[in-house]
Amino acid sequence: MSVLQLLWFVLIGVLWSGFLFLEGYDFGVGMQFLTLARDHHEREALYKTIGPTWDGNEVWLVTAGGATFAAFPYWYASLFSGFYLLLLGVLLALIYRGVSFEFREHMPTRQGSAIWERLIAIASFFAPFFLGIILTAMVSGTPMDAKGNVSAGFFDYFTLFTLVGGIAVALMSYVHGLNYTRIRIDGPMRQRAACQLKVLYPLLLAGEALFAVLLFFYTNFIQTKPVPVLLILVVIVATTVLGWFMTVKMEKEVLPFITSGLTLVEVAILLFVGLFPRVMVANNPLHSLTIESASSSPYTLQVMTIISLTVLPIVLGYQIWSFWVFRKRIIAKKVVE
Amino acid sequence: MNALVGIVDLARFQFAMTTIFHFFFVPMSIGLGIVVAVMETLYVIKKDEIYKKMTQFWGKIFLLSFAVGVVTGLIQEFQFGMNWSEYSRYVGDIFGAPLAVEALVAFFAESTFIGLWSFTWDRFKPAVHVIFIWITAIASMISSLWILAANSFMQNPVGYAIDNEKGRAVLTNFGDLLLNKQLWIEFPHVVVGTLVTAGFIVAGMSAFKLLKLKQDDPEVPLFRKSINIALVVGLVGLGGAFITGDQHAFELQSMQPMKYAAMEGVDETINSSKRADKAQPWAAIAVTNPKTHKSIAKIEVPYALSILGNHSLTGGTTKGTIELNKEFEAKYGKTKGDIKDYYVPENTLFYSFRVMAMGAGLLALVAIVALWFNRKKSQLILTQRWFLWVMGVMTFFPFVVNTAGWLVTELGRYPWVVYGLMTIADAVSPNVSVASLLFSNIVYFLTFSTLGGVMIWLSRRVLHQGPYYEQEATQTDRDPYDDLAGKEAQV
Ligand code: HDD
Ligand code: HEM
Ligand code: HEM
Repeated sequence: MSVLQLLWFVLIGVLWSGFLFLEGYDFGVGMQFLTLARDHHEREALYKTIGPTWDGNEVWLVTAGGATFAAFPYWYASLFSGFYLLLLGVLLALIYRGVSFEFREHMPTRQGSAIWERLIAIASFFAPFFLGIILTAMVSGTPMDAKGNVSAGFFDYFTLFTLVGGIAVALMSYVHGLNYTRIRIDGPMRQRAACQLKVLYPLLLAGEALFAVLLFFYTNFIQTKPVPVLLILVVIVATTVLGWFMTVKMEKEVLPFITSGLTLVEVAILLFVGLFPRVMVANNPLHSLTIESASSSPYTLQVMTIISLTVLPIVLGYQIWSFWVFRKRIIAKKVVE
Repeated sequence: MNALVGIVDLARFQFAMTTIFHFFFVPMSIGLGIVVAVMETLYVIKKDEIYKKMTQFWGKIFLLSFAVGVVTGLIQEFQFGMNWSEYSRYVGDIFGAPLAVEALVAFFAESTFIGLWSFTWDRFKPAVHVIFIWITAIASMISSLWILAANSFMQNPVGYAIDNEKGRAVLTNFGDLLLNKQLWIEFPHVVVGTLVTAGFIVAGMSAFKLLKLKQDDPEVPLFRKSINIALVVGLVGLGGAFITGDQHAFELQSMQPMKYAAMEGVDETINSSKRADKAQPWAAIAVTNPKTHKSIAKIEVPYALSILGNHSLTGGTTKGTIELNKEFEAKYGKTKGDIKDYYVPENTLFYSFRVMAMGAGLLALVAIVALWFNRKKSQLILTQRWFLWVMGVMTFFPFVVNTAGWLVTELGRYPWVVYGLMTIADAVSPNVSVASLLFSNIVYFLTFSTLGGVMIWLSRRVLHQGPYYEQEATQTDRDPYDDLAGKEAQV
């Protein structure tokens, strides 16, 4: 394995982490259209908090896809054709979510807008749910032949482990979104978000514990790399506890948001550490795709490295600047009609 | 084998459907981005409120098209892995790079700055705010450069070598990929096409609105000004389309002669030196029998193909499809996988090409008449209602023209997915079932019908509301991010 191959494996991990951290709270806020907001004005306020930035956050996923294609074409080919229907589910969720943000604004009546808002909430749940299933199924092993073609059936996708994985990612996104709402919104919704968090944190911890147990049975992570994997699992739980403590006991707002984002990042790290040095796990270990066997040629990796390392800092610069521009709190107010 | 044919057909149908639908909104949003940027620049320079209203109004249509463009683009990004995994394995080393770079250099900038643009009208000075729309517009243009670099590689592979050990093509020169001759005729042609698209959408929608308005309505000047700006942009685009399109056709004769022959309806080779008039005639109408590949009926204009293809009154040779098929059989083998011959769908190419070129001519005519009717001192544009109807119908025409162009480009490279390197049948994902493909095709079809329908309906609504419509929520508070109560803002 060359240095550049390793670098690209890490970079793709970074892109997934960035995506989960950023779009994670977008998904959470999206779900809150149904679960937190009570009327049109509150949904409008929620929309205002993510409206200007959600598309930029989603591009992290697009870039992760593109980077996988460029740096590990065999991984891209096996993963996306192998998880065809699940990926279709993700795409449909993202499609309906994306247009709904725009369509709701131009509807003639509030009832009309409410249709799209419901769709946003549902799609915002299914996108992280399906992604969670894909990510956990990717590491737990698929029926893949020597050429890398996955021929998976329903029960290869949907196991107890992948379902818990899907729900965990969705729940983490939701909690992350609640923490975001507390920073960006003022008024009753902010209080309600705090109430919900009090209930959800214990649930999340239980889910994480269950996930850790299932990880032992459904993957060989703990068996092959006990120290790093267990360490990350402990860190995930610790970060969650910390977030819980800071929310409930210290009534902090920014720090819990960072911790809930970090748990999502840590999940990505867990998956990538466990995968290493493979990129796709086959039921027959001989057929697993590895960083080495799946990668592009050294020349392509070089070109991609030069371009990415030049452009990425600029991208980060203006994206952070745009978050700073939209940093102020928003309050949902009834307009006298 | 039969099952595999099913997969290939379904995957092809899906590719055609999703890219054509994506490409309805791509030129619309690239082009509208530029038109809106021009309008806002006029506002900054002239400081006339009418231009601000105009920018914000067309900006709404722009944002709608952008939203649908983004979500349909998502499908594209993943489709190569989902439906064309063998393709992704074979050329991913080359093809993936421009796709990843596109996301990195263009999509991030587009999406971030469009957010800044649409949410900060009251927070930045106009001279700063206008920068956001220009960055968005330029970034979308750059995105098309990269994706077309990928497409151009498929049309005219350059900068690669074959790695026999792994059985794939690998990149040897990234510069070659970017200097591909095909790219530098395809990219300008597509960009000017976006100008045409947006120009006629704005002009056509304005025409529909003028049909509804009374002649002394205060909104009339805004729409008349819009027509002028849009059609100047559109005419610039049309001029560019003629020049770059002609260039395209010229280069095709050497790069993809089969495509050229089919486009021009040439079945038997035309050799001008063997003809009495020493020139090649051009087929205005031709019907080819898809079985025998011979033309059944033809109406010819003397000299014209020499002028169009050869850039001189006489001379030149155009190889016919029949001779070319024999050449390809000698070069690539009589059969290759599922392929029995190297013919392309002649009739589709022939008529698609004519729809595009004649469509361009028709649009140019409409634009010139419209600009004439819409002179400052003239009221003709308001009184000649039949002409407003013509302009209105033209709103939909650029979509037809763009699609026709892609049909020529993509169908004309049959049976190759990468010209001369890989066939379409070899490119498909072998492990995706017919059922999955059928299901996704149906779901996409229903989704696109819904999105397209809602998009048209909402655009009509926005047009109906007009530029002076205020959303009720923004009537009482000007700026959601404004510091009204110390550090809190209002919605
Ligand atoms: C000539 C231009 C052009 C062409 C041929 C294509 N696209 Fe496209 N694409 C754009 C020009 C564009 C754009 C103008 O940049 C879009 C349209 C609206 C938008 O937001 O960006 C876009 C959006 C867009 C997005 C969403 C970006 C986001 O989330 O902001 C993706 C992932 C793709 N495209 C990918 C593709 C792929 C893989 C294509 C090849 C099959 C493709 N596009 C053809
Ligand atoms: C957005 C503009 C585009 C449109 C409207 C378009 C349209 C089409 C059409 C009509 C076909 C033929 C489908 C058939 O044979 O039935 C096709 C094929 C194809 N195009 Fe494009 N295309 C576009 C851009 C691209 C780009 C940018 C790429 C590559 C990056 C590409 C790659 C392909 C591939 C892989 C096929 C093979 C499948 C096939 O031949 O059927 N296309 N496209
Ligand atoms: C008389 C004017 C025109 C001529 C002679 C012309 C010529 C051509 C030719 C020869 C191609 C095929 C190129 C290839 O296969 O490599 C093409 C493609 C295309 N044309 Fe045109 N065209 C004209 C006007 C237009 C206009 C007005 C539009 C848009 C509004 C347009 C949009 C397209 C598109 C989107 C493609 C496919 C992409 C590409 O290959 O560039 N064309 N054109």
